[in-house]
Amino acid sequence: MSASPTNPPEQSAAEVAALLEIRNAAKRFGAVDVLKSISLNIASGEFLTLLGESGSGKTTLLRLIAGFEPPTAGEIWMGGERLDALPPYKRRVNTVFQNYALFPHLSARDNVAYGLRVKNTPASEISGRVEEALRMVKMQDFATYRPSKLSGGQQQRVALARALVNRPQLLLLDEPLSALDANLRKQMQSELKSLQREIGITFLFVTHDQEEAMALSDRIALLRDGALEQVASPREIYAHPATAYTAQFIGQTNLLRGEIRGSMATCDALRWPLEGSDGPVTFSLRPEAIRLCADGKLETNEVKFRAAVRQQFYGGSSELLEVECGKGQVLRVRIPARGPLTGEHDFVFSMADAIRVRE
Amino acid sequence: MYSRAYKSLVAIPPLVWVGAFLLLPYALMFVHSLWAVRESAIVHRWNLDNYKTLFTNPLYAEVLFRTMRIAASVTICSILLGYPLAYYLAFHAGRRKELLYQLVIVPLWVSYLVRGYAWKTILGSDGVLNGFLQYLHLTREPVGFFLYSPFAVVLMLTHIYTPFVFLPIYAALEHIPRPLIEASQDLGAGSLQTFWRVIFPLSMPGLLAGVTFAFVLSLGDFLAPLLVGGPSGTMIANVVQSLFGAAFDWPLGAAISVGILVITISLLFLSEFLEKRWVFK
Repeated sequence: MSASPTNPPEQSAAEVAALLEIRNAAKRFGAVDVLKSISLNIASGEFLTLLGESGSGKTTLLRLIAGFEPPTAGEIWMGGERLDALPPYKRRVNTVFQNYALFPHLSARDNVAYGLRVKNTPASEISGRVEEALRMVKMQDFATYRPSKLSGGQQQRVALARALVNRPQLLLLDEPLSALDANLRKQMQSELKSLQREIGITFLFVTHDQEEAMALSDRIALLRDGALEQVASPREIYAHPATAYTAQFIGQTNLLRGEIRGSMATCDALRWPLEGSDGPVTFSLRPEAIRLCADGKLETNEVKFRAAVRQQFYGGSSELLEVECGKGQVLRVRIPARGPLTGEHDFVFSMADAIRVRE
Repeated sequence: MYSRAYKSLVAIPPLVWVGAFLLLPYALMFVHSLWAVRESAIVHRWNLDNYKTLFTNPLYAEVLFRTMRIAASVTICSILLGYPLAYYLAFHAGRRKELLYQLVIVPLWVSYLVRGYAWKTILGSDGVLNGFLQYLHLTREPVGFFLYSPFAVVLMLTHIYTPFVFLPIYAALEHIPRPLIEASQDLGAGSLQTFWRVIFPLSMPGLLAGVTFAFVLSLGDFLAPLLVGGPSGTMIANVVQSLFGAAFDWPLGAAISVGILVITISLLFLSEFLEKRWVFK
């Protein structure tokens, strides 16, 4: 069930129509291995997100693909062509930069026209395509404005239009929404997603925000210290995290560390039957997989435990509890909002929801 | 909040300074330009004859024209030297940047006069340059026009003012955000296109400041023509100096000075106006 980081089940589907193939790409700055032998395929038309903490190497990987840095080792192929040997201006890849990098001396229209002008596109064609691109991002009314006269969100749209007008095969987006405030960000996320569906261009999106990654992506590639931790669809990666790191990074979870002995899993106060060879184990148990068991009735394959409510965080439709069950073991439980709760209660979870993860 | 008294108090020193050493001399100069000289004495008779002379005597127009030509040559030469240097330092010098930067600045620590005399020994008939050319048998006898010519003045002023052109251009280039250059490449522009479409326009404020420095400073220069210019390299400041000195015609000298001042201030305004058009933020 759990996907291995180098060869998740989705990868085989991606290989069929891979637009971009990264083969053992590595990058070293001085003595630091920023990227350690990354292999990743991106399918045509896919929305793939590189997710990771700062310093995990996600931006570096993007820069290798854009051509701003040469890989120390490995190859990058796009559409049957070796990409990493080409200078950036010869790659059919465009980038939306983190702080937009709009040309301050050019109007929004001239910024968008830039890529077409440098490639000597006929003037008659340029104006039509530029207007179309500006319309696509709803910036046609601001065509004559210089970037300094535009708000962050508007600059973001111009940057997007400037990249898309070139009809790249692959669009790279380097934390494009990180400079926007929360509301605008949600709105831009939704627009990005529908834009990507509409035009069908492959998006490679970099972010450190796991919620953003979950909401937008077809697949998420989680990077950790310059290596791929797991590559899978948001649902797959959430439901079946391969490692403890993934489980903690994507959403909230309870990591249960214990052991299997004689077909019995034991994690402190929790015990349930489980086939497997004896030895230490780690499980990820999502807070919402635990429910309050008011009537004390158990379904089959459920584990019941008694715990005292220590903290309660109200979250509108749901609330998060911190409960303590024997020996100071604290678990987080997400339940539908039901009002203040104190004292000891019975809780249950299904054994199938305790996902075995690697450390 | 500072009190009114405090504000007035701190304003006094600069006001006194500007008044005593700038406004007052300019006022005196302007007043002198409206007076006349009779029998080796300045008479306070108000007239515009000095300005008439300025516009009608072809000698002054010729010197002024030559001065502008020299200043323009110096400006062009120092940009041709200073811009590539600034570009190299800003984008390609890597670790050598600091050292090279200091090497550009170091000549500014050496006295102007010393550098002038150095050029004399280089360019003179028995100077270093002629000696070298003869040693190579490229010339049989000393080349005369190296020294005491407009060429020598342009050479020396270019040497002196190139750092002044380099510095603002370098500062402008350093301020160009590097992602803009990557964005340009990303959009399909090679190095040459990126230079002309992004780097050069964004360096305009620096270039403009450099042009203004080189032109205005050369325009009023007096030592270079005196040291290496000779009669054919005389500039307008030398004429003013002789009018205030040996020729003893302060009113005419003052009138010429007012003329130079008007030209200079117009140039500064022009530069200011253009800079506003070229600065983006």
